[in-house]
Amino acid sequence: MKYTFKGGIHPYEGKELTMDKEIAEYLPKGDMVYPVSQHIGAPAKPVVKKGDKVLAGQLIAEAGGFVSANIHSSVSGTVKAIEARLTASGSKVSSIIIENDNKYESVEFTPISKPVSELERDEILDAVKAAGVVGMGGAGFPTNVKLSPKNADEIDRIIVNASECEPYLTSDYRRLMEQPEKIIEGLRIALRLFKGSKGIIAVEDNKPEAIKLLREKLGEDSDITVHSMKTKYPEGAERQLIYANTGRYINSKMLPADVGCIVHNVDTIYSIYEAVREGKPLITRIVTVSGDAIENPCNLKVRTGTSYAELVEAAGGFKGTPAKIISGGPMMGKAIYSLDLPVTKSSSAILCLSRDEASEYEPSACIRCGRCVSVCPGRVMPNQLARLANAGDMDAFIKNNGMECCECGCCSYICPAKRPLTQVIAGTRKLVLANKKK
Amino acid sequence: MDIIAVLIAAAVVGAVGILAGVLLGVASEKFKVSVDEKEIKIRELLPGNNCGGCGYPGCDGLAAAIAKGEAAPSGCPVGGEPTATAIAAIVGGEVSSRKMVAHVKCAGTCEKAKEAYEYFGPKDCKLAANAPGGGPKACPYGCTGYGSCKAVCQFDAIQIVDGIAVIDKDKCKACGMCVAECPRHIIEMIPYEAEAVVDCNSKDFGKDVKANCEVGCIGCGICQKNCPEGAIVVENHLAVIDYEKCTGCGTCKEKCPAKIIH
Repeated sequence: MKYTFKGGIHPYEGKELTMDKEIAEYLPKGDMVYPVSQHIGAPAKPVVKKGDKVLAGQLIAEAGGFVSANIHSSVSGTVKAIEARLTASGSKVSSIIIENDNKYESVEFTPISKPVSELERDEILDAVKAAGVVGMGGAGFPTNVKLSPKNADEIDRIIVNASECEPYLTSDYRRLMEQPEKIIEGLRIALRLFKGSKGIIAVEDNKPEAIKLLREKLGEDSDITVHSMKTKYPEGAERQLIYANTGRYINSKMLPADVGCIVHNVDTIYSIYEAVREGKPLITRIVTVSGDAIENPCNLKVRTGTSYAELVEAAGGFKGTPAKIISGGPMMGKAIYSLDLPVTKSSSAILCLSRDEASEYEPSACIRCGRCVSVCPGRVMPNQLARLANAGDMDAFIKNNGMECCECGCCSYICPAKRPLTQVIAGTRKLVLANKKK
Repeated sequence: MDIIAVLIAAAVVGAVGILAGVLLGVASEKFKVSVDEKEIKIRELLPGNNCGGCGYPGCDGLAAAIAKGEAAPSGCPVGGEPTATAIAAIVGGEVSSRKMVAHVKCAGTCEKAKEAYEYFGPKDCKLAANAPGGGPKACPYGCTGYGSCKAVCQFDAIQIVDGIAVIDKDKCKACGMCVAECPRHIIEMIPYEAEAVVDCNSKDFGKDVKANCEVGCIGCGICQKNCPEGAIVVENHLAVIDYEKCTGCGTCKEKCPAKIIH
């Protein structure tokens, strides 16, 4: 069986820019900004006030509900203010601002060093929860919640999403190449939670060295297998990943747990390792700073809260004038209009492109070629949905399975008429969800 | 051919006709759907545009709702006062005599309001709200100017001029469709004869407003202090006029340092 799914596209990969560069650590200089909402769910509640001294790794905001996550300071310093700041989503979010004293004094961490087979379930979950670990692939779903599904007995697969199908991004690849033991250990800890479950590390076949290295490190392990998947976007989208690796199918109304799977990003698994084995909260992550408008594209290990502007500077600044700057990958990331944004737990990349491909073409009329239908991994009809979305017909939009769209962007990418299909459908999905809440 | 056969055929057909007629007559009495007479009268008074501005499915829907007492006699925004008075005469109830019009609380035209970035997405107010910062306009409260309100207006009363929606006071029938459509909620209903209107919807601090737009309310509160009637209150850094109290003296217009009260 070839691990793949139906549909998808093959965009320019752009990974050669940063693929072979080792992760460099970057220490921030300016003020650190910690939005209280870096995850899906209730915003965290600040537990510090203006003027308080904090240390690196200290809790500054605690989970504001069951689906929520703790936030820790990543530097030592003084709380300067708690005010609304712009985030990569484009809206202002209440944030804790900490003046960095550049000493990086840290609190004492308490690691758990028992062998995996002796770890207790609650011990692991508590450590993950205390560390504020959230899904680091982009969505930011609290990991401890994901690891405690209602049907825990039925979980038989934990899939580590190492496909990194978004063009340009190489942070997960570097993590695999530099710290494979920690990823494997993190996965073993996660597997410990579900009796009899098997681990899958799913890597696209454009990273043969990572696959080889992981297989070497695993040796004769019967619980964990490395899957080499066909390189195709969006191989790393949750529904496609589960289908490709297990043949199980889920739709928008189901969770991976409904088919016995749990999917975690490489970085999330790494953070589980750090939370348990080093007692460290989630305060660092790897950010790819890349694109043809960046002087020295690189992968940086950065502390959360660091400003995007500092990272661009650390990567040698701009080469020429960038036409478009994107937070995240080019397919699903968000275009940003200011660099005065903080790195959050789910910021995976800063892309600076010298040519704005999206702006070069004016959309023209749909020629009904059906290419969007053939590439859509969600198996809906983007042309039809976009037509209904433009007419504002929400009921028909839902009836035509508009909610099955995962906003991957394949339809907009392939459209020869350059119609903004994904944008229109994504906007309408948000409106439908907002109407439901009312 | 026999003449009798013709006569028999005619008699049979005639008898069936009479029988069917009698049955239908009985059925129409027995299964009669009683229609409220008030509803018919109200329906005759309504304008018949079927614009949906009342929130009911057309004029028939509103007439039924008024007859049942679910809607007020003044439920039809298009007919205005004369219609409301005539309906009130049938069903009872009071009618306010004020004529209302829609008003766009933004004067940030292309020249006066800054744009944060170039935008290439779908040109639709509701869909543009999905873009970073809710659209390219630097001010997150201002009119995006893609004309969703214009599209729903049944009376051709809205035009997009210089990147903002402008309402023709005389064409506006105050149906409220635009108020419901605008994703930024910047259209409000004000009395037709209102003398002073605040042309801003920004709830930001004065400094942020100034950074984004030349013609924004900075929430200084000078209008509130100077209004002799106490008709202006600054809430969330934005002046709001209470038209029950406003006498139209014009003091606020003179005193406003940002010149956003017109």
